[in-house]
Amino acid sequence: MAESKIMNVLLCGIGGQGVLTASEILAEAAILAGHDVKKTEVAGMAQRGGVVTSHLRFGPKVFSPAIPPGQADVLLAFELAEGLRWISHLKPEGIALVNTMRVIPPVVSTGLFSYPDDPLADIRAAGNRMAPIDAGGIARELGNSRLVNSIMLGAVADALPFEPGAIKACLVKRFSAKKPELGEVNARAFEAGRAAALAAAKAA
Amino acid sequence: MTIKTPPPAGTRLMMSGNEAVARAAWESGLALASAYPGTPSTEILEELTQYPDLSAQWAVNEKVALEVAIGAAVAGSRSMAAMKQVGVNVAADPLMSQSLAGVVGGLVLVVADDVGLSSSQNEQDTRFWGRFAHIPVIEPADAQEAYEMMKQAFELSEKFETIVILRMTTRVCHVKSLVTVGERRAKNSEGGFTYDPNRWVLVPSTAKRRLPIQAEREKALKAESEKSPLNFVEPGSDKRLGFVTSGPGYLHVKETFPDAPVMKLGLSHPAPFEAIRAFAGTVERLVVVEETEKILETELKAEGIGCTGKDILPSNGELAPEILAPAIAKLLGEPVPVRKVTHDAATLFPRPPTMCVGCPHLGVYYTLSRLRRQVTIAGDIGCYTLGALHPWKALDTTTCMGASMTMALGLDKGRLPKDADKSVVAVIGDSTFLHMGIQGLLNLVYNKGNATVLILDNHTVGMTGGQDHPGTGKDAYGMPAPKVDFMKLVEALGVKPERIHKVNPYMMPLLFKTLKDEMAIPEVSVIITDQPCVLIEDHERFAPFTVVEADCTGCGNCLKTGCPAILVRKREKLVKNGKEQELAFVDIDISGCTGCGLCTETCGPDAIKRMIPKAAKEVQAHG
Repeated sequence: MAESKIMNVLLCGIGGQGVLTASEILAEAAILAGHDVKKTEVAGMAQRGGVVTSHLRFGPKVFSPAIPPGQADVLLAFELAEGLRWISHLKPEGIALVNTMRVIPPVVSTGLFSYPDDPLADIRAAGNRMAPIDAGGIARELGNSRLVNSIMLGAVADALPFEPGAIKACLVKRFSAKKPELGEVNARAFEAGRAAALAAAKAA
Repeated sequence: MTIKTPPPAGTRLMMSGNEAVARAAWESGLALASAYPGTPSTEILEELTQYPDLSAQWAVNEKVALEVAIGAAVAGSRSMAAMKQVGVNVAADPLMSQSLAGVVGGLVLVVADDVGLSSSQNEQDTRFWGRFAHIPVIEPADAQEAYEMMKQAFELSEKFETIVILRMTTRVCHVKSLVTVGERRAKNSEGGFTYDPNRWVLVPSTAKRRLPIQAEREKALKAESEKSPLNFVEPGSDKRLGFVTSGPGYLHVKETFPDAPVMKLGLSHPAPFEAIRAFAGTVERLVVVEETEKILETELKAEGIGCTGKDILPSNGELAPEILAPAIAKLLGEPVPVRKVTHDAATLFPRPPTMCVGCPHLGVYYTLSRLRRQVTIAGDIGCYTLGALHPWKALDTTTCMGASMTMALGLDKGRLPKDADKSVVAVIGDSTFLHMGIQGLLNLVYNKGNATVLILDNHTVGMTGGQDHPGTGKDAYGMPAPKVDFMKLVEALGVKPERIHKVNPYMMPLLFKTLKDEMAIPEVSVIITDQPCVLIEDHERFAPFTVVEADCTGCGNCLKTGCPAILVRKREKLVKNGKEQELAFVDIDISGCTGCGLCTETCGPDAIKRMIPKAAKEVQAHG
């Protein structure tokens, strides 16, 4: 396969976490930066609590919509074990931003399977650059658990080849359209996520 | 009903293939669209309800959808029907016959194939229908092509007076990319329905007369395909291999082999054999990349065009770069690229789709799981098919839309001595019942079957994201529409009034008793559950429940409801009378809990209590 100038961003999480909205916002920012963009996800049973991934590819000209295994530049994981599930999709030089929140599915609750003890350690063992983000904790500090989405968008902002402000602007525009104060709250969440990612990068 | 002003011509929009098809249909002067929801096609009709000056309708099934569209096209208007791949099986009857009579106004049958099987019972390849019904097949690769080809499909349909299939796949339907949109052309206004029984009344003599016309049309379409701009060659410097491909297969080839010559087929049936023969002459070897089955390859070989295809590529799933690259490397005798896997995801727990927190189906499946040894349960297609999974495991068969009650009759009449004492239960949802279940129930009653039918009426098409149907009282635009009365309908089909019950599925003791009683009666009984899907507007949330930690005995009964809001706080092993027992002490995720109370009915020690609203607020703030 030829080396491509395409940027591959893989977002993963669970149905209902806002993975698809986050992906839409990043796509919008990529379009504004003048890229050709393709975004794909397999919907269907996704809203039933199953695994959700969104593949975002942008660059001069994008052909195949899905990111082949081992080709992602950035992994944005909205849930800890999901981060582990998709870690091998990263290039060796790729970076993972992982929400440390755990969401336990019924197959684990009912004792059929177990949730790994320390997924973060397993993710580290994969050998990629990685920044753990306590998006759940940050959202609680900001007083709204639904801000996880915007926090993760902030966390990924400095890993992408365009101005972080461009993503923030797309985010604010989308939420302000619903309610002006929602735009402000989400902008704060975005900055908190960005700061958390930068701090995590420094610590590593 | 809110119809927005569509973005003006020249706008560049980020659109999914489904959205692009809807936009193109509107621009083409579409008068009518009819569809039945089905992944990955559902959004096409939903999107069409956002455009002015056309009629977008949910049909009760795909046969009905296609026939409605045929009626409009015979009347002279442009129309379309949209469905998923298995929908065409239902619509096959009108498709096969109307191919003889043809159409006047353009008619495009948009079919979305679930390549990769994300949400279907099979992965059939719609391109076969083009061959079977002698109609053209057009295959877009992405949203921009879906937009352009939808418009060309209408032109082709009117030029050749034939239904045209626009064959999409999941990776076209649900991939978003940039599309530049155009102007709307006026709807057809000339002509109108022409009296012509020798064409429109398909009795044997008419069909006989139309067969040669159909054959001539196919010949003309072959000639069209040879010169169509939808079929083109992209030259490449590495002539060791030349690829013939269509749909997203084209994108995967371009991604993987940017220097190879490619012949891309947009109008893929009838295929342009002479153009492909000429292309084959310019490369060392020809490789056919087609999703999913071996169709074009077989045809090329029959035409004497040597090629490689399914001998090195799979006949199912997407032909993604990670599939193509190693297969082609092997063909060329090159080293196969090996990827280092940093973590094996197969070692991780799975996260299968589940029923939602507080779903009205939970009570039904908990109840059925309690009666498991006494029943054979024939299932159907919908969210409730998930009842086959852990922890309920309360579904024995699923084949296709409406097969629950029909197979129940067969399971009843065809039973062997081993199953003599078992009851037969059929489970079907409201929309599936209206789609293809009515006839099955009629047939079950008429043939004096012995089965208990559960109609799970959650007032929506749940699996595809909550569409309306004739049982919801709303049309595709959300406007009031006549509403079918399930109780009366079932009675009219011949079920005795005393054998028809409506039960709230959250009241499990009543459901259990009703089910038990009806299973014991050797006739057809119908139990209708009547609570709404938790994802629709009609659903009402109540104050959540919580577990009183000191009272929970760890019995784990509540976990058997399968409600995802019930979590295990800690596990313990207990030895009682020499037997080891696993205890699971639970907690409830109060932010998810809908307050339905189902779990309280399974709790012996009464450890699950409703939170008082004030306390709920406090806990949420700290939780």
